[in-house]
Amino acid sequence: MGNHSDGSPSHSGTVATAGQNEVEKFQDPGLPPHRLRLADTDPKAAKRAERQVAILFGSSIVGTLIFLVAYFAIDLGPGSTIATIRLQNALLGIGTAFAMLGIGTGIVHWAKALMPDHEVSEERHPIRTEEDRQAAVRIVDDIVEETGIKRRPLIRNTLLGAVALAPLPALAVFGDLGPRPDDKLAHTMWAPQEGKLKRLTRDPDGTPIKASDVTIGSAFHVIPEGLNELHEGKLNEKAKAVVLLMRLNPESLKPSAGREDWSYNGIVAYSKICTHVGCPVALYEQQTHHLLCPCHQSTFDLTQECKVIFGPASRPLPQLPIAVDAEGYLVATSDFKEPVGPSYWERDEHERKFNS
Amino acid sequence: MKALSQKRRHPLAAIALLLMGLLLTGGLYAVATTVNEAKASTTSFSANDAEEGGKLFAANCATCHGMGASGTQDGPSLVGVGAAAVDFQVGTGRMPMQMNGPQAYKKPAQFNDEQTHQLSAYVASLGPGPSIPEEHLLDAQGNAAEGGELFRVNCAMCHNAAAAGGALTRGKFAPALADVSEKHIYEAMATGPQNMPVFNDANVSPEGKRDIITFLKQIEANGSPGGADLGAIGPVSEGLFVWIAGLGVIIAFTIWLTSRTS
Amino acid sequence: MSANSTANAPAFVAKTKGGRITDFVDQRVGGSGMLREFGRKVFPDHWSFMFGEVALYSFVILLLSGTFLTFFFDPSMAETHYDGSYTPLKNVEMSVAFSSSLNISFDVRGGLFMRQVHHWAALLFVASLGVHMLRVFFTGAFRKPREMNWVVGGVLLILAMAEGFTGYSLPDDLLSGNGLRIIDGVIKSIPVIGTYISFFLFGGEFPGTVIIGRLYMLHILLVPALILLMIVLHLFMVVVHKHTQYPGPGRNDGNVVGYPLGPVYAAKAGGFFFIVFGVVALMAAFFTINPIWNYGPYDPSPVSAGTQPDWYIGFVDGALRLMPGVISDFHFEYIIFGQVLTLNVLLPALVPAGIIFTVLFMYPWIERWITKDDREHHVLDRPRNAPTRTAIGVAGFTWYCVMWAAAGSDLIATHFHVSLNDVTYWLRALFFIGPIIAFVVTKRVALALQRKDREIALHGRETGRIVRLPHGEFIEVHAPLDDYKRYKLVGFESPVPLPAVPNEHGIVTRKEKRRAALSQWFFEDRVAPASPAELEAAHGHHGQHEAVESAEAQKTLSH
Repeated sequence: MGNHSDGSPSHSGTVATAGQNEVEKFQDPGLPPHRLRLADTDPKAAKRAERQVAILFGSSIVGTLIFLVAYFAIDLGPGSTIATIRLQNALLGIGTAFAMLGIGTGIVHWAKALMPDHEVSEERHPIRTEEDRQAAVRIVDDIVEETGIKRRPLIRNTLLGAVALAPLPALAVFGDLGPRPDDKLAHTMWAPQEGKLKRLTRDPDGTPIKASDVTIGSAFHVIPEGLNELHEGKLNEKAKAVVLLMRLNPESLKPSAGREDWSYNGIVAYSKICTHVGCPVALYEQQTHHLLCPCHQSTFDLTQECKVIFGPASRPLPQLPIAVDAEGYLVATSDFKEPVGPSYWERDEHERKFNS
Repeated sequence: MKALSQKRRHPLAAIALLLMGLLLTGGLYAVATTVNEAKASTTSFSANDAEEGGKLFAANCATCHGMGASGTQDGPSLVGVGAAAVDFQVGTGRMPMQMNGPQAYKKPAQFNDEQTHQLSAYVASLGPGPSIPEEHLLDAQGNAAEGGELFRVNCAMCHNAAAAGGALTRGKFAPALADVSEKHIYEAMATGPQNMPVFNDANVSPEGKRDIITFLKQIEANGSPGGADLGAIGPVSEGLFVWIAGLGVIIAFTIWLTSRTS
Repeated sequence: MSANSTANAPAFVAKTKGGRITDFVDQRVGGSGMLREFGRKVFPDHWSFMFGEVALYSFVILLLSGTFLTFFFDPSMAETHYDGSYTPLKNVEMSVAFSSSLNISFDVRGGLFMRQVHHWAALLFVASLGVHMLRVFFTGAFRKPREMNWVVGGVLLILAMAEGFTGYSLPDDLLSGNGLRIIDGVIKSIPVIGTYISFFLFGGEFPGTVIIGRLYMLHILLVPALILLMIVLHLFMVVVHKHTQYPGPGRNDGNVVGYPLGPVYAAKAGGFFFIVFGVVALMAAFFTINPIWNYGPYDPSPVSAGTQPDWYIGFVDGALRLMPGVISDFHFEYIIFGQVLTLNVLLPALVPAGIIFTVLFMYPWIERWITKDDREHHVLDRPRNAPTRTAIGVAGFTWYCVMWAAAGSDLIATHFHVSLNDVTYWLRALFFIGPIIAFVVTKRVALALQRKDREIALHGRETGRIVRLPHGEFIEVHAPLDDYKRYKLVGFESPVPLPAVPNEHGIVTRKEKRRAALSQWFFEDRVAPASPAELEAAHGHHGQHEAVESAEAQKTLSH
């Protein structure tokens, strides 16, 4: 390395202090001299560039033809397969790409190689002139003066009030976008109807589940009995009622006070709707007994009544109290004892109502 | 590695080595000729199979799973897991496990079909459990659409809707399902290997499992209609692609476009 | 086209056909004034100035392909059973919206291609907007008089994200349905009115039967109209201000150097539209995007591993993932006056996005307040010549990228064989320290590059040739720069920190002191451009070397 490459600030004075700022600057040398292109001086090169542009435009024509052939010659009729669709998609794409890139690169090449390439310098003009500004200010002053708004505060104030209130109907008119929430979020289909307890049934076919079906390590995806027969609001009910049913070794469950009879022989049912923002928490690890939400990775520990052990959720998954009916099928003994799914402002009110 | 060196000094290691040597020499020929036979005889075990399997087990598996497969601290009891579990774990190379970790990885199978068959026979003889599925359930000729619905409800949350796999907690994962044989898919559902839940016949019926297999094999055979699937892992790979390839190509064009021709 | 059809004399006859047509139009609507103004307007040429055009052209492609899709798409959420040609979904229960999206993909010729063009163009649209804004930020193009146009650009970015999200949800597939559900969860966490907003948006409980129709209206009418309006405003201001230019010989704040609109710039810009379209078509031809047939119809029970939004919403999703819900025993969801405050959702959903967009919108005024720079700027800063600004930008972008990466934490885990939880822990740490590291490193790199520039300006470019002097010393030969190249390296401003000044009452306010401190921080380590005197000194000091250099140069020439 040359010995003059020592650019340390101390002796090259790189870091200027306030006083050094006034040192003279380099003069702008102006635009560099124009450099001619090959095509400017050599007619052969110009001719070659011309041919290249024509070839590019020609390839665009070929692309258009490919597109048309692919569109009309490939049949998506009954005999077609996924491979046919893939082929047609690829050919339509290649056709379009050639058609477009041919025109685009052709024009650009033409502009670059054959059109004049002298850089031009244009003066910038001030965005406004001082004369305009003064005239405009005078006009505005005159307008304000002629309305007399400054002298008549009553008019001004009532106008302001009217304008401030006028948008309210525009907001109010959207009041029928949806119904009032009331306590709809607090209830699910699991509540017994006319004293009849709802059976736990398989998702998606709706067949009831016997306790003996649920072996250790199993995970059943469960919907309430009668859900599939709903026509109005089926998905709304499903969105709240889906449950995951699992069986563990009964010893590993340590039910808290009041929850002793919520499980049956190690079979437990928990809401599948994450208490974070509502994704289905459906990933069950049968050895670790963890439930994982695939959307934001909240992890719940089944052996601790689905307490949050990792991730953004803050509240355990609600448990569905279950038992077995006379025929050996699993039933929900009541609705969830708290609202399911993500938290909302009135949630605690609703939960207090459950407990009272 | 520690586990391996311990195994090496195990009293049964010599027997294991001997057996493996013998079986390897004879096995090569057997593999070449008896693939079809082995398949045909998967569901019936002879007493001899179980006996041979017992020897293999003692030599290769008992270190962790204990003599008589009763389980130790390093490995669970295999009594009652059924032939299907052994066929899956050994047939996909997950067992014997390379090292202790969050999860056993799929790797080239360590035993040939006959040995796997014998091991399955031995474990099946210890107690009742899911057996190796019947051939007609593995024909992938069921109802793909119904299989798809079952797959989305029961499997997609871990394995991804396009069966491309997904993450579980603490380093575990659900593998991608492309190139997994029909038999192994069925066995995994029936036995719930590692952290996968069990989907017994009362949960997903044998016909349902056949539909799921049909669905998986059909989407695998179809491929992606729109071209390369970018790993079928959804918007993340699409976003990466548009930033790297899409913008990359466009930047290359802009540089050409604004450069001066010579 | 000929531009000389501007004269109004009746005797005027245009020379070319284009000129005659122009004249015809002009005699009826009088556009000659405009053509005179724009026909030869000068535009500077640099590759980094093209991203705005990429965004504009992507938007045009979106309008074209989107119009095609509306002819076949039906936004109804009524229940139906699929009977199209995709067998793995045969007879499956689904909404009409999903079924019509499948029909576009499998039963309308070219429909799949159009869907893929539309979606790829959408991703490219937002990506190019982002890169364009980064370019504008790092080159200081947002400074006076362009602050308002920067704000319009920011609004465009938000509108583009809204447009993208409403479109993402339309097919009513499982992936986007779960995306909507997450949005619903976030909305419900809003204090006091959250539940009401959710019920009003979905017309009742989630998912209801109206949301797709409502999003469709927003997606094809309201948001695109607003985007179009903003684009018009944006381009209008570009015309008013004229384009900025990079520093260099012959370029200053009083002029604009480049190519005239007609023909060169118009040809390049026009040709570039076709190029962008071609690139999007290539992506659509060979790469699947949004395979809704894999995801299946929306159903509240299933979910797929790897559920993510499109990339531009990713940073919000990532922030949601990073936020811990519980720290030891402290729950971020707590009860206040008997109502639920869901901070574990509210904070990550609103705060990072809020900070990013607030700083983004305010930045031109923040910097103007710190530097008290009220002059017009038409010559850009090279990023290295504004080290603090560049460092702020990189720090902000790093912060964004950490959240962005967090949205793919599960895929990082599976593809690099690491634990999902560890990825989250690392990203949580980076969320706080990443921007700081980025700031320090970037600032140092920028200063180092400035010193390097100085070095080259004063001593010339290293040639790599080592010469032994008569007395045995070895030196490397430096080739001196010509005036034009040197000016590029030295032609920039290097403002000094501005000390606090008293106001008209002779008092130095506390605000002014804070400003002075920030000004100190903003400019403290800067490197001044080399001055002619320094060049002189360098040459004098190294007179001997110069002699060798010129001799060497002679030799090189004579080769």
